[in-house]
Amino acid sequence: MGLFKDSKLITDPLADNNPITIQVLGICSALAITAELEASIVMSIAVLFVLGVGNVVISLMRNIIPSKIRIIVQLVVVAALVIIVDLVLKAFAYELSKTLSVFVGLIITNCIIMGRFEAFALANGAWRSFLDGIGNAAGYGVILIIVGFFRELLGSGTLLGIKVLGDPIEKTGAYAYGYENNGFMLLAPMALITLGIIIWIQRSRNNALIED
Amino acid sequence: MSKRTDSNLYTMLFAVGMVIVVGTVLAFFASFLKPNIDENKRLEKQQNILYAMGIHENEEGTVAFISTDKVAAEFSKYIVKQLVIEGDKVIAYDEAYLIDIKKEQTRAKEGKTRKLPLFLGKKDGKIYYIVPVRGKGLWDAIWAYIAMDENMVVQGVFLDHKAETPGLGANIKQRFFMDDFIGENLLNAANEFEGITVAKGNNDPKNLEKTDNEVDAIAGATITGDGVTAMIKSELSAYASYFIDLKKN
Repeated sequence: MGLFKDSKLITDPLADNNPITIQVLGICSALAITAELEASIVMSIAVLFVLGVGNVVISLMRNIIPSKIRIIVQLVVVAALVIIVDLVLKAFAYELSKTLSVFVGLIITNCIIMGRFEAFALANGAWRSFLDGIGNAAGYGVILIIVGFFRELLGSGTLLGIKVLGDPIEKTGAYAYGYENNGFMLLAPMALITLGIIIWIQRSRNNALIED
Repeated sequence: MSKRTDSNLYTMLFAVGMVIVVGTVLAFFASFLKPNIDENKRLEKQQNILYAMGIHENEEGTVAFISTDKVAAEFSKYIVKQLVIEGDKVIAYDEAYLIDIKKEQTRAKEGKTRKLPLFLGKKDGKIYYIVPVRGKGLWDAIWAYIAMDENMVVQGVFLDHKAETPGLGANIKQRFFMDDFIGENLLNAANEFEGITVAKGNNDPKNLEKTDNEVDAIAGATITGDGVTAMIKSELSAYASYFIDLKKN
């Protein structure tokens, strides 16, 4: 029974309580790094780890954290976790750490992380906080991957660096028929518009989400 | 009823305790992992230098270094000489590849003579002159290893960056950009040092013209591209006199 009840903690953020499309958190990183699918996936995994572990740490400390400085405490926990992850990757998975380097700062500033610490982990037990962290990070990751997919496909004609639409310079594949890459897709405004379209589709399918 | 955790004393003690605990944990991790991290960086430098002179495991469209377990042996096999140019002097120094370019640039700014490392590689009887350079991109540092022949014609480059934008400036380390430099001449028609400009609208997207001192820029990455141009110009010009001397002898 308990497991069934708690499963909503994971499924809710994936759909009707998505941190990006419903709560509109974590927008900055969603716009900044989704020009490539690979970067979206890497960022999603990094946030999944930091939010999962961070939520547990904050939840375990929730009864001893002084309320006056709780935001600072949360920030220190995120920063410390991110630095540890970065160091371990640099020592044992150097190539991966190079791909990640640019995201480290972005993870710390991701408002979803602070938001979940503040709204959930400070009031709930470790296991439930863990599920909540995983759920929200997954909800974040799904949107990132969708946006990254369309931006890379329409902007560069590639997916994960593989040329799926042919070669734009040699004019093969779709380019032979006059197709052109839309460079605008690579810039941040198109990320926002893509995100807007996702929000539009989601709300038009579920009227309960529309606010007056 | 006020909670125990609300008092000022508790708050302060908690803050102090937290800083000590977190600081200790991070310091422990940093010093414990430092040897591994330094070793990774050292091998990476060797991989980068070898990559520039065309020793890599590239397949179609990808960048693949020689694997870390083989790199030390390959490095000593192909890199026949390491030099340091300091003012007018040229000294052989076997660990020139460990010279910190950033520190040397600071020294130059302070008015001191900087050390310019230069690596001589030999592959299939041909000599490659490989130079490390460092500059500024949009967000943070960019750097490169540039392999040339004795006429300052580029034989290969490896570009890297610390924090350029993924999908835009970060693409300087992609094959389509790096390979454009191969065959480009750093000297102009009058045989003076000119550098290579990362140019928009040079009407040469396939990069067929190798003597125009230009390669095609990446759309949306203007400042990173300008950074590459400036880096090549300012850093390689310091080596130009070495190549002039080389020709005289």
